[in-house]
Amino acid sequence: MRIVVQGTPFDFGTEAEAFASGRHDMGAIVTFTGVVRDFGNGSLDAMEIEHYPGMTQKALEAIAEEARSRWSLGDVLVIHRYGRMEPGEKIMMVATAAPHRKDAFEAAEYLMDYLKSRAPFWKKEHATTGETGWVAAKDEDEDALSRW
Amino acid sequence: MDVLYFAWVRERIGLPKETVATEAETVADLVAELRAREERYDLAFSDLSALRVAVDQELTDFEASIKGAREVAFFPPMTGG
Repeated sequence: MRIVVQGTPFDFGTEAEAFASGRHDMGAIVTFTGVVRDFGNGSLDAMEIEHYPGMTQKALEAIAEEARSRWSLGDVLVIHRYGRMEPGEKIMMVATAAPHRKDAFEAAEYLMDYLKSRAPFWKKEHATTGETGWVAAKDEDEDALSRW
Repeated sequence: MDVLYFAWVRERIGLPKETVATEAETVADLVAELRAREERYDLAFSDLSALRVAVDQELTDFEASIKGAREVAFFPPMTGG
């Protein structure tokens, strides 16, 4: 299990390949990466992500441990950035390795649902107009936790 | 104890962290003490349903005890991922 919280960019291809290589007992590798999304009209200048340094790593580890206890997993990777990112930059990724794909897919979804609402990150959007605004948590993200 | 603020809570109160001397027994008691201080605190804590709290870096609720706690953090609902 590897949990990384960093201010710098990560190389998704390199991380995914390293995670997937050298495994002979894992039939399924699932990866997900979250990307800074523009509003669709070029009006987003950047996304700024704040986090709670003392708590973030522990919270992510607890979420990953819970996933490992619920599904048959060989390994889990979580990388999450903080700081300023521009549209198109990768914010975070999760990867799961499991003997079978159902466990790998479900665990990846579980990790995503929980780290959206239970890991101490906060997103702030910077518009090209200079306006800024904190992204509000969505009710549907909170509701998504109830299915687990 | 250390009291930390994140995201818009930090912006409204105007600082990320402060040391508070308190006899408060619960998070709610601490919030009441902070609100009585100044208007910026009162405004930041005016709607507790819009806030989350962690005591010693574990998510909890406003009724939680803070006896012996080293660190209490207030922030809006999280938006990771």
